[in-house]
Amino acid sequence: MMDRRNFLRGAALGAGALMISPRMVFAHVETDRRFVFVIQRGAADGLDTVIPYGDPALAGLRGSLAIDPADMHKLDGMFALHPSLERLAGFYKQKQSLFVQAVASPYRERSHFDGQNVLESGGSSPYQLRDGWLNRLSTLLPKTRDEAIALAPTIPLALRGAAPVNSYAPSNLPEAPDDLLTRVSALYDADPELHTLWNRAMENRGLAEAVGARQDSATVGKTAAMFLGRENGPRIAMIETAGWDTHDAQKQRLTNQLRGLDQLIGALRDGLGDVWSNTTVLVATEFGRTAAVNGTDGTDHGTASAAMLAGGAIDGGRVIADWPGLSSRQLYENRDLAPTLDLDALIAVVAAESLGLDPEKTMRTLFPGRPFNRKLTGLASA
Amino acid sequence: MSTPSRGERAFIALNRFGLGAHLGDESPDNPKGWLLGQFQAYEPKPAAMSDLPSSADIFTTYREDSADIRDLPEAERRQARQELRQRGQKLYEAEVEARMRAALASQTPFVERLVHFWANHFAISGDEPLVTALAGSFEREAIRPHVLGRFEDMLLAVETHPAMLLYLNQDRSIGPNSVRARRAAEQDASRKPGINENLAREILELHTLGVRTGYSQQDVTQFAFAMTGWTIAGQGGNDETGAGTFAFKPQFHEPGPRTILGKTYDQQGMDQAEAVLRDVARSEATASHLATKLARHFVADSPPSSLVQRLQSAFVKSQGDLPTVYRALVDAPEAWEEEASKFKTPWEWSVSALRALDASPEMTATAAQMARQLGQPVWRPQSPAGYDDIAASWAAPDALIRRVEVAQRLARKADPTLDARAAAGALIGPALSKTTATEIARAESPATAVALLLVSPEFQRR
Repeated sequence: MMDRRNFLRGAALGAGALMISPRMVFAHVETDRRFVFVIQRGAADGLDTVIPYGDPALAGLRGSLAIDPADMHKLDGMFALHPSLERLAGFYKQKQSLFVQAVASPYRERSHFDGQNVLESGGSSPYQLRDGWLNRLSTLLPKTRDEAIALAPTIPLALRGAAPVNSYAPSNLPEAPDDLLTRVSALYDADPELHTLWNRAMENRGLAEAVGARQDSATVGKTAAMFLGRENGPRIAMIETAGWDTHDAQKQRLTNQLRGLDQLIGALRDGLGDVWSNTTVLVATEFGRTAAVNGTDGTDHGTASAAMLAGGAIDGGRVIADWPGLSSRQLYENRDLAPTLDLDALIAVVAAESLGLDPEKTMRTLFPGRPFNRKLTGLASA
Repeated sequence: MSTPSRGERAFIALNRFGLGAHLGDESPDNPKGWLLGQFQAYEPKPAAMSDLPSSADIFTTYREDSADIRDLPEAERRQARQELRQRGQKLYEAEVEARMRAALASQTPFVERLVHFWANHFAISGDEPLVTALAGSFEREAIRPHVLGRFEDMLLAVETHPAMLLYLNQDRSIGPNSVRARRAAEQDASRKPGINENLAREILELHTLGVRTGYSQQDVTQFAFAMTGWTIAGQGGNDETGAGTFAFKPQFHEPGPRTILGKTYDQQGMDQAEAVLRDVARSEATASHLATKLARHFVADSPPSSLVQRLQSAFVKSQGDLPTVYRALVDAPEAWEEEASKFKTPWEWSVSALRALDASPEMTATAAQMARQLGQPVWRPQSPAGYDDIAASWAAPDALIRRVEVAQRLARKADPTLDARAAAGALIGPALSKTTATEIARAESPATAVALLLVSPEFQRR
């Protein structure tokens, strides 16, 4: 117990940038395959992740957020990866990563809570289902142990349900993440007393940070690999990342966020060694962000976003997108990237193909009542 | 003066007077009636505290253990002493947890708040092992039974409690002309037992009259002479009758009449100091001192003098009947001002946060640790003056960060289905600002939203 705790404490400190809480959840199932779901809580901006640099409307919308195409990792004539996503770009060349654009869950409002509820439960509307699709996925697999493992004080909704899931919770939780601190700043803005105190506190924190005390996303990836790499270890894992709600200073924040995510997946790959060839990593968020920059060099809550697949099991080296375009009449409600691909169907197919399950049955179990997409096939090889 | 709506008055009753709203509780229809009705429903011995030992048991066990340690070979003593300290610390933590659990479960949170107020007014500080172990029993035995009684009865219970007698060194204060001192001199002329003024001074300065209210050093010394003999049975050994409880030892007492604040006390024995205590308890200066502290606690760091005046006059007219004073407070329009100007102390904040989250036993188990992290370890103010009751002492940059960190931790342990948007309406109610509502609604995860609710300006004040 002591070793693990120390190890996890190490995950909370160190040097890095991504605001990833070391929250991982694992489920045990009898298979050689590994399936990892990385959730981006806070609505990650897909247009800054899998950048449609070939769309003529992009530059006009993005304004101060614009990234020089020369710095991007080109995927094809239309899409490029954010400069921070070096490892994922490398996997793309090795045909071990695949990117999906203009994808969305069935949720069409713009509340984080409700959006995450739909994404994680697999329901068509918020609070329709009480358990999570990742839990239902683990019930589809043959089991030799009824034990599962989590690394979080509570089990995220996606893994909640009938299949037993244990959790590893570090006893010493990390300090408040930057995102929470940013929100507290906004909360205290109109309060003269607290505003002053808070600003001073943040200055102090900045000084302390120069000495180095931030969360290290590579360690999170390494930790996940340590659990998943074991022969009798868990086969399904969930990693929660936070800090994607970039209402301001998006350029710098996303540079850090995406670098952290890239390091996490890179460390996971390195830690898994040969097991990587049996592994699928799915990265998804509850919804996207506005196509246009807002008044504070950020973006507000939107609709469609990007999803990412990585791993040795992925039939990668391509971008899947039914590109809706970015001109104002093409935008959803005149503001957001329009959804043209169903995230639920994408998840069902990639999970089924990765784990050697029947895709239609998987769809019915994970996302009951939702339409199966026959065109989506051959994403991963079991 | 603004007139708050009924919803606002209910919110004030729950938060300013009570310990914070319980999620799911109905907000009181008749806020004043709800507060005053608590006087009948109050439980001096709540279930959360039923398993805790009496101060006499704690005291005698500690003395027995200490005696056993003295009999050990020298090599083993250090280890044994450390274990004894750890047992005391464990008991302390259990006491803090019980206090927290009682505060969370309480249906009479206004009275519970008053218990916390008086325990801080009569502060002891667990800075040495035995006082640490006795701290909880002090509040259970000296404060809780008297919170709805007369001030002078609480005062008597406090000044005769072993924890107070030990903390302010009264237990070994001996009159220079007492039987004990004369005997000691006969045996060894170089030994001159004497008084310790500590408790006598703090009674006048902190517990009753208040600092700079006209008493002199002479008054303090005379009072200390009168107090000699107030001690704990069993100091020499547990076979003494009533070991671990208050005892008046005539052989310690300084004989003769005493003149204190212009009045001569010629009683014999224990009656002498008790008469002094009852007099100072009823004095105008004490009424003014306590009225100011109560008004400061409930209304504002610099309370309106009109309110202090009301409370003082209620105290004087009722000869220190505490419910009469509390009623005057509840009746005072100044106490119902819409603006929440009291910044919660760490204790108040953590109690209200745990009530808001309907905390699990897992969350209350670390109450002592949480209080320490937030900068206000329970019963350890390191001063007989207790903890400050003003924002300047608590609203500090580092303190805010710590609250955010603790809020985050609590939010992660909270019921994951808790919807902070709905909870904000229920817990903060009419005071909820647009900014706070917006930031909570925008939070990127349910846990972040709960943490934001707990650190919002509305939740930091009462």
